[in-house]
This record gives sequence, structure tokens and C-alpha cells, in this order.
Amino acid sequence: MNNQTKEKLARNIFFAFALSSILAVVLISVFIFAGGMPALKEIGVAEFVFGTKWKPTAATPYYGVASMIVGSLLITVGAVIIGVPVGIFSAVFLSSFCPGRLHRVINPAVNLLAGIPSVIYGFFGIIIIVPFVRNVFGGNGNSILAASILLGIMILPTIVSVSQSAIRAVPAAYYEGAVALGATKEQAVFKVVLPAAKSGVLAGVILGIGRSIGETMAVQMVAGNQPRITFDMTKGIRTMTTNIVLEMAEAADLHRSALIATGALLFLFILIINSMFFVLKRRMNSER
Amino acid sequence: MNAKIKQAMATYKRSPFSFIMRLMLILSITFTVGMLAFILIYILAKGIPYLSPGLFSFNYTSENVSMMPSIITTLMMVGLSLIISLPFGIFTAVYLVEYAVKGSKVVEIIRLTTETLSGIPSIVYGLFGNIFFVTALGWKYSFLAGVMTISIMILPLIMRTTEEALIAVPDDWRQASFGLGAGNLRTVFKVVLPSAVPGILSGVILAIGRTVGETAALIYTLGTMAKIPNSLFSSGRTLALHMWVLSGEGLHINQAYATAVVLIVMVVGINALSGLVANKLQKR
Repeated sequence: MNNQTKEKLARNIFFAFALSSILAVVLISVFIFAGGMPALKEIGVAEFVFGTKWKPTAATPYYGVASMIVGSLLITVGAVIIGVPVGIFSAVFLSSFCPGRLHRVINPAVNLLAGIPSVIYGFFGIIIIVPFVRNVFGGNGNSILAASILLGIMILPTIVSVSQSAIRAVPAAYYEGAVALGATKEQAVFKVVLPAAKSGVLAGVILGIGRSIGETMAVQMVAGNQPRITFDMTKGIRTMTTNIVLEMAEAADLHRSALIATGALLFLFILIINSMFFVLKRRMNSER
Repeated sequence: MNAKIKQAMATYKRSPFSFIMRLMLILSITFTVGMLAFILIYILAKGIPYLSPGLFSFNYTSENVSMMPSIITTLMMVGLSLIISLPFGIFTAVYLVEYAVKGSKVVEIIRLTTETLSGIPSIVYGLFGNIFFVTALGWKYSFLAGVMTISIMILPLIMRTTEEALIAVPDDWRQASFGLGAGNLRTVFKVVLPSAVPGILSGVILAIGRTVGETAALIYTLGTMAKIPNSLFSSGRTLALHMWVLSGEGLHINQAYATAVVLIVMVVGINALSGLVANKLQKR
């Protein structure tokens, strides 16, 4: 084999490997959406998405996931309310107020927060957060609130690291200009630098929302998991993710297909959130 | 020092906004770091006293709830999924950086799909693994089904870090290699890839961390059998899965604490390693 054919062959081999990610996305999409199809056909899309009753094993079974959509959204909103302010303030502290020495300690700590497995968070939720909610707010503790608090902590590292790099990317002249005009350090950072990093910070928040909607194990361990619509934060609820984990073991036929359809719906949510993230990231890059 | 405080007080009197913001900053970072410290210290303090030899016995029984089989399964899982995922991740990155025409359609699509893959939640991977590997291919709950699912999941991680590492290799080196008469292929394997090793390594470490902590993608692919899989087609459970089963049963809460300790030690170790590699990278 001469050199030229060897080079050509190598190029083609690399190209073939490079197609793997495309193949993976196609396979995942096809199998998840095809797997949910039978259920959507038999139940009807509207009945599935907007149906409020989920009783897959009843004599006349109901397959409505509206309560889980509400559950996912409620818990996520709660997590955002808790995690976003703390996360952004932490990012501002790390990027603008933190002495270098302290930064070398705190930044790895934030990274470690991202590395802790979901099960550990879930376990921590069971032993600390659930009793805390039970004692302070009443109910049995396994609740929307418990899941929100836990997810609020879990999305912190995502928000902190993305926001931090967005804030660092703002030219130093912005800050210097504001201070030269007589602003205090806080005024300069919060009224000039942070607004300039807006898209990047928002991208971090959206990434956090994506993580929160997709989180399964930690939520399953603390959220109570009852498929019902409630807006009482001390009551339990079920999310799209936990519905799959809870019932996949015994499900067959239509029930199984309905669970896969739940996964397809979740996948759709994530795709939308991710495309929002990409748009913002692109905008952030073009602003520079 | 005193003058400094006085000056700060004067500033804050002039601008209460600044004072409130400063307060929020300190409260927030304290919460963030405090939470980590609390989780780690609480679990370590509660778990270390229960680290008994029985928990490390090679045979799991419902009495000793040994975590040894799951530790070994975790290591096997990490090893095999890296072996499968590494060539795909590295070769994809090589194609994107060294061969593809920048900004071409294919490159765009590959990038888009990789980013999509990295955003897919674990449970969707688990669901796919169950539909495809477990059911459609008929592998049942098995080590192989778990490995394949994890391999796809860590692919974007390895690909992205490798790509960054390859981009960071100076173009002069490539040109020097070409100038000495080496072809593209030789340049990739003798010049570019060796100098990108630390970057690739950091991706590998991230992937290990993700695999060790994974549960949702494994419950319905690997299954939860509490023994070391004796073939590619038998079920098992990783340490994280074991932890999940234990804390769900609620029968062995002390052992769950102890298991959490081992899991945390693994994750902290992996994290420290990745910090070390990152530092090395920055120094160059």
C-alpha cells in the first residue's frame, strides 16, 4: 500500500468514527420516539399530554402525564428560585471579589459540588432535607419543596461556573470606567459588568434548568412521587423523569410504551432547552 | 486596617446598595461552600464508624450488604466503557481538527449532535439502553448493555476535551512535521496526539467521574444484581447503584452511610486528580 492510499484510508476511517455521534443521536431519537408511538396512537396525544390521571394498572387504565409535567416544572421553578440568586452572587464573588488565594480553594470546591453523584445528593436529601421540611413546614417531608431545595443546591455549580466565565469575559475597561466615574466596587460590578455578561449568565441559568428537569435519582428519593396535580409545596409530586424510573421495572405493552412516551416528552423538553442554550451561547460569543 | 474599615464604612453609608450587595455576596458564597462542607462532613462523620470489614467481603449477602462486588463492578464498568468510547471520541476529534474543512456542513452537524448528546439526561440514556440493548438486541439486563449505554453517554465528554487539546497544539509543530516529510497520518500519531495527552487525560478523568456516579442510566440496562458479573451478559450493580438500593430499602441505613463514604472518597479522589491535571496543563 503506497502512502497516498494509506492517507486516504486513514482519513476515511477517522471520518467513519466521527459519524458515531450522529449515529448515536439518530438511534436514540428513533428508538425513543418509535417506542412511544404505540401509546400516543392508542391513548391520543392530547389525552396523554393533558390527561390528569395516571392509573396504568387500574381496570380502566388512565395514561395522562399532565401531573408530571406540572411536577417537573414546579420543582424546577423552585430550584431556580433557590439556586439562581445564590449561584449568580457566588459567581460574582468568585470572579470579582475573591482574592486569588481564596479562589484557589473555593473554585475547586464548587467543581467538587458538580462531581458529587446524584445518589449522594438524594441520600443527603433523605437524611437532612426531608426531615427539615417535615419539621419546619409540616407534611411528611417528601415534597415539592424538598426536591426544589435539593435541586437548587445541585444546579449551583452549573450556574456558578458558566456565569463566572461569562463575567470574566467582560473587558476590564467596563469596570475601570465605572470606578473612574466614582462608582463603588459593588456598583461597578452589579450595574455595569454583570449586565454586560447577561447572555452568558442566562445561558448558565438555562443549563441549570436543563439539569434540573433531567435530574432523576435525587428527585425520586425526596419528592414523594405521587402522580397528582398539587401546588402545595409541602406535598409530594411526580416528575417525568421519576415516572420512568419508578415504573419501568414492571411495565409491559401499553404501559411500557406510555413510559417511553414520557421519556420522549422529556427528551423534547430538553431539546428545546438546549437549543435556547446554544442560541444564547452563540450570542455571547458574537457579542465579544 | 482600622482606616480601611472606616473608609469602607464611609463608602457603604454613601451607598447602602453596595452594602447590601456585599452582604449578599458573602452570604451566597458561604452557602455554596458551606453546603459542600456540610454534605461531606456529615456523611463522613456518620459513615466512617460503620466501615466494617464485612462491608468489604467478596461475597454479598443480605446480612453483610458488602459493597465489594459493586466496587469491582464499577471498576470493570469504567475500564470497558473507556476502551469502547476512547477511540470514537479521539478519532472524531482528530477528524474535526486535523482533517475536516473548517465550517463545513458535516462538521457543523457532528458538533451539533455532540452537544445534543451532552445535554441528554441520564434517564433518557437509560431508557434508550433499555429499549435498544436490553430489549431490541435481546441482551437482557447485562454488563454489556450497561457498558454500551455508558460509552455513548461519555462519548461527548471525551470528544470535546480531546478536540480542545488538539486545537491547543501549535500549528508550527504540524508544519515542522510536514516539512520533515511526514504525512498527515504520521503527524497525527507522532506529533499531535502525544502532545495532546494531558488534555485527553482530563477528559478521561471527567468520564470516570461521570461513570462512577451514574445511576439513572444503569438501573434498566445493567440491572441491580448484587454480584460481580461473571460474563458480559450477566447483570451486576455499580457502587452508586448499590448506594441507591441501600438507601431506598431503608433497612441498612448505617451501611448506607458507610457506602456513601467510599463513594465520596472515590469522587473526591477523581476530582483532585482532574485538578492536578488541569494545573499541569496550565503550567505548560
